[in-house]
Amino acid sequence: MKAFLNIVTRDLHLSLRQRSDIIMAVLFFILTATLFPFGLGPEPNLLARIAPGIIWVTALLSVLLSLERLFLADYEDGSLEQLVLSRASLESAVLAKVLAHWLTTGLPLMAAAPLIALLFNMDSDAFLILIIAMALGTPSLSLIGAIAATLTLGARRGGVLIPLLVLPLYIPTLIFGVGAIDAAMNSLEAGAVLANAKPQLFFLGAIFLVSLLIAPLAGAAALRQAME
Amino acid sequence: MGQSLFIGEKLTCIRGGRTVFAGLDLSIGKGEVLVLEGPNGSGKSSLIRLLSGLIRPRNGSLFWQGQDATREPEIYQQKIHYIGHRNAIKPVLTVLENLGYWAGCSPKKSQDLSGLEQALDQFNMLSLKDTPANLLSSGQSRRLTLSRLLATDKPLWLLDEPSVGLDVSSVALLETAIRRHREKGGAVILATHTAIDLDSPKRMNLSDFSPLYNTSLLQQESLEESWI
Repeated sequence: MKAFLNIVTRDLHLSLRQRSDIIMAVLFFILTATLFPFGLGPEPNLLARIAPGIIWVTALLSVLLSLERLFLADYEDGSLEQLVLSRASLESAVLAKVLAHWLTTGLPLMAAAPLIALLFNMDSDAFLILIIAMALGTPSLSLIGAIAATLTLGARRGGVLIPLLVLPLYIPTLIFGVGAIDAAMNSLEAGAVLANAKPQLFFLGAIFLVSLLIAPLAGAAALRQAME
Repeated sequence: MGQSLFIGEKLTCIRGGRTVFAGLDLSIGKGEVLVLEGPNGSGKSSLIRLLSGLIRPRNGSLFWQGQDATREPEIYQQKIHYIGHRNAIKPVLTVLENLGYWAGCSPKKSQDLSGLEQALDQFNMLSLKDTPANLLSSGQSRRLTLSRLLATDKPLWLLDEPSVGLDVSSVALLETAIRRHREKGGAVILATHTAIDLDSPKRMNLSDFSPLYNTSLLQQESLEESWI
């Protein structure tokens, strides 16, 4: 447990020293989302209807941008070898790195999402569901992304491979993430928002739990392979 | 001289389809030093990585204090220091912070701090402890990496070209560190091309085990293949 926390604090410390990486992901998220009203025209009803999809797709893309640096820097400077030899089991080391990645990518995106929802004139009743869906969905994005990030370590131009591996696996999160917010927006009474979105939120939770189980195992296996 | 700490029997390493070395036996006991010699490409780094458990042997066995560790290097990995070609230094962290994360302890706690400062002092790095690591010269980076050996106490050191980039006086610091480690009953396996003054080291020339330099091994290998 101490070794786990050591890795998390180390990665957070590194991210806070190089704040540009965190800021870049959030800025990319906000900037790409604001492009859509310019492209589609300022029609409030249309924008409100497509807001959930745009928020999720741009969030996926911003997470994608940050995935390459998750393991590559450690691989190149030799820190990964030390990580493999450290007290932490490799599975928990992967989990620790994913947690740090989520805290520096998923969490800021979650905080920025209501801003974009506001910009798109999204129904304010659905804001709560937006936050819950992002809270359940973005950890899965980091977990699934970690598998691809570890798998591409030895490959030349691995960064180009990551989107090809990861985007198909992100589709379920996208479908249920958007579905939950849609369901919340379509509910007629304000009190029934949560009840309406419940099935989709359960699916998001299930995706999170499955990836929580698989990602550390797959990531650790890929790291062992990368050491060869 | 003392009981055997670490034994390798009939080790064979194959990388990228090429046999790096075959049928290699080694053993090291408490207080001993084993120097690996041999021309470039004779497999010194591969052997050190294999002993550290980063790569698995194709054939042969490893025993840690009599216990078979071939398939589970985890049982001894916490008891070794591995120093490879790369320094595993994070440029944005200071010298002290880098060392602290390796040692798995926080420089903020006073009892940990004195241990870290002592380790830095022995490699003459204490005056640079608050310097960001990106300002270090290559020799200073190497000394920071070597001070990791002293920050946490481990019985076996695996050093791959530890003296690269070091000036004469820094090599003397390394010699002192190795001597003290041996006095405490520690063991060292190191690969080097430069002269490091060590008291009665065991020596092993890897070109005897490499098909690249020892043609009798090559014939043996092709015989085995034709037999298959």
